Amino acid sequence: MFEYIVSKFNYWAYICLMMIGLYAMIVKGNLVKKLIGMNIFQVSIILFYVSVGAKSGGATVPILTAEDIHHAHAHVLANPLQYMNPLPHVLMLTAIVVGIATTGVALAIIIMIYNRYKTLEEDEILVIRKESGV
Amino acid sequence: MILPLDIILIVFTVICAIAAIQIKDLLSAVIILGAFSFFMCLLYAQMGAVDVAFTEACVGAGVGTVFFIAAVNKTKRRAKD
Repeated sequence: MFEYIVSKFNYWAYICLMMIGLYAMIVKGNLVKKLIGMNIFQVSIILFYVSVGAKSGGATVPILTAEDIHHAHAHVLANPLQYMNPLPHVLMLTAIVVGIATTGVALAIIIMIYNRYKTLEEDEILVIRKESGV
Repeated sequence: MILPLDIILIVFTVICAIAAIQIKDLLSAVIILGAFSFFMCLLYAQMGAVDVAFTEACVGAGVGTVFFIAAVNKTKRRAKD
């Protein structure tokens, strides 16, 4: 049982990082801190997907070398145990780029909020909005 | 996968994540977030996902940190919490 829990340590790290990011998004008052929490949250999900695709025991990405092509027993190449799943990797490439795009849009909105309210703290922004009657 | 190296990298990522959300200086927090991204990129390379690792290194850690630093320079550097 202990071996089973320790062998899945990537998933425990993924849960820890995800909860750290969620805590930062909910509790922290500064808007940049909230955005840092969102980044940590995204990266933890990417870690989860890459961990799903990883395989121990010398498995690699599916690449044919020149020696493999001229190999007499070409059927050993069809052994799927030697290859790990590349599908989560490809999905996560898209996720990284989408994550950086959302971060850029969020930072632009933060700069506009700062230009209007001259502060980045959530509670001060709420007080200013209540005083101005918006 | 080398087990001790994996565990060291995971501990470093968790430490970097906690430090990035606890530090009051926003510029330091952003730089620590870049270090977090680089540790995570090492972890991907360790798990065999080399393509994800170099995308994370240039897009996640490089461009993301530059965006954050530019935004912090245009706004305030101190945070209340």
